[in-house]
Amino acid sequence: MTGGLCSTDIPVIPRGVRIHWDRVREKWVLLAPERAVALDPIGHAILSEVDGQCSFGSITSQLAEKYGAPRDQIAADAGEFLRGLMNRRFLEVV
Amino acid sequence: MDGADGLNWRAEGIAKGIPAPIALLAELTHRCPLSCPYCSNPVALAQKSKELSTDLWVSVFEQAADLGVLQLHLSGGEPAARRDLVELVIAARKAGLYTNLITSGIGLTEKRLAELDAAGLDHIQLSLQGTNAEVADRIGGYKGGFDRKMMVAGWIGDIGFPLTLNAVVHRQNLHQLPRAIEMAIEMNARRIEVAIVQFHGWAMANRDALMPTKEQAQEASRIVQEARVRLKGQLVIDYVPADYHEDYPKRCMGGWGTTGLNIAPDGEVLPCHAAQTIPSLRFDNVRDKSLSEIWYRGTAFNTYRGDGWMQEPCRSCDRKKLDFGGCRCQAMALAGDPAATDPVCVKSPLHQALQKRAVAHSQSKDAEMTYRQQPPA
Ligand code: SF4
Ligand code: SF4
Repeated sequence: MTGGLCSTDIPVIPRGVRIHWDRVREKWVLLAPERAVALDPIGHAILSEVDGQCSFGSITSQLAEKYGAPRDQIAADAGEFLRGLMNRRFLEVV
Repeated sequence: MDGADGLNWRAEGIAKGIPAPIALLAELTHRCPLSCPYCSNPVALAQKSKELSTDLWVSVFEQAADLGVLQLHLSGGEPAARRDLVELVIAARKAGLYTNLITSGIGLTEKRLAELDAAGLDHIQLSLQGTNAEVADRIGGYKGGFDRKMMVAGWIGDIGFPLTLNAVVHRQNLHQLPRAIEMAIEMNARRIEVAIVQFHGWAMANRDALMPTKEQAQEASRIVQEARVRLKGQLVIDYVPADYHEDYPKRCMGGWGTTGLNIAPDGEVLPCHAAQTIPSLRFDNVRDKSLSEIWYRGTAFNTYRGDGWMQEPCRSCDRKKLDFGGCRCQAMALAGDPAATDPVCVKSPLHQALQKRAVAHSQSKDAEMTYRQQPPA
């Protein structure tokens, strides 16, 4: 599986994966089996839009509006980021 | 527990470049219904009567979270042998820890799993001794264990716990590796850990029976590589290759005293599960000191932090930040000196002799297995 996501894909953070505020290191992390992945502000912004309801298309629109960035650019970056998480089984799409 | 002092130790630690730990392996008990001949528990097992109480473990989990631990592994022995397991999971989640149960499955009922689910358990890691009853029950030394484990795996799947299958492989079951990977898929596991047996603890006494041949070790690497490509996005495969047949040693614990810590059933705090095999180290106990003080100031942690303790050839080696000179416990066991270069390393003067010995172990015929025993009451 390579490439980004389709705009109709609905990304879901599955059971066993959690976004967590690391109060000691003062940053956001993604907690998953045997892994704690530090999230940069962009990664955190993308995952914060993943609610298991919104499609990838509407997520990119929301991000484009929020951050005043071109939609295509956001779709490419967010798609690559989410696909990377899918390959590690930290994210699923329905 | 130590409030302001905890902050001081942390500030002092940061000044010395000591990071906060990420992972805690809590060995809740050394009791286990199985008796795997490669068990990583120490040969001198902790007595049941010396095990930490529920309250102490709860306090330890809170201290660990304050210290910066994110991941908690509840392990053993068999953690399900602790009657208070559900209570401990509730406390761990309340402390904000990602809570993983490392289990053989024996001792888990459908009802107990439902309770663990309600308690917020994040993930289960289920060990696999073999892919059929004949092999698994012989290796685990527990008749009926495999069938029971398959039942437990079914309940885990029904509840929907995220699952990692943990296959420990060696000469006697490496032929079953492809089937183990298939089973992980059938169980809907997201991960499988394929670990070729590491020779610590009870496994040291079983090198003749368990050492894979070099060909087996290579075949295992090939199978893993192929499966990783084929199953990308479906199954994550973590792999621990056969140590003795390699040219470079394994990274020790991600760096001694940098990433994780272990707590033995009696409360001794260890930089790694086998650290008690290094006779010169003294370990602090959570009964006497706060976890923060132990992590930042404990001598067992500070002895092999950084690279000031290293000898040649490690000291001037450009790989020293990659593997940290390999495993301290293995250096102790094989070179008689915990600060020596891990003899697995091609730069160690002991490397060639070790590889020869590995071949000899792997070719020994009809070696009897020494099963691990139960801890004294
Ligand atoms: S390795 Fe085997 S004997 Fe040791 S704790 Fe695990 S299941 Fe029990
Ligand atoms: S000499 Fe030491 S640091 Fe270098 S590769 Fe070998 S074990 Fe690692």
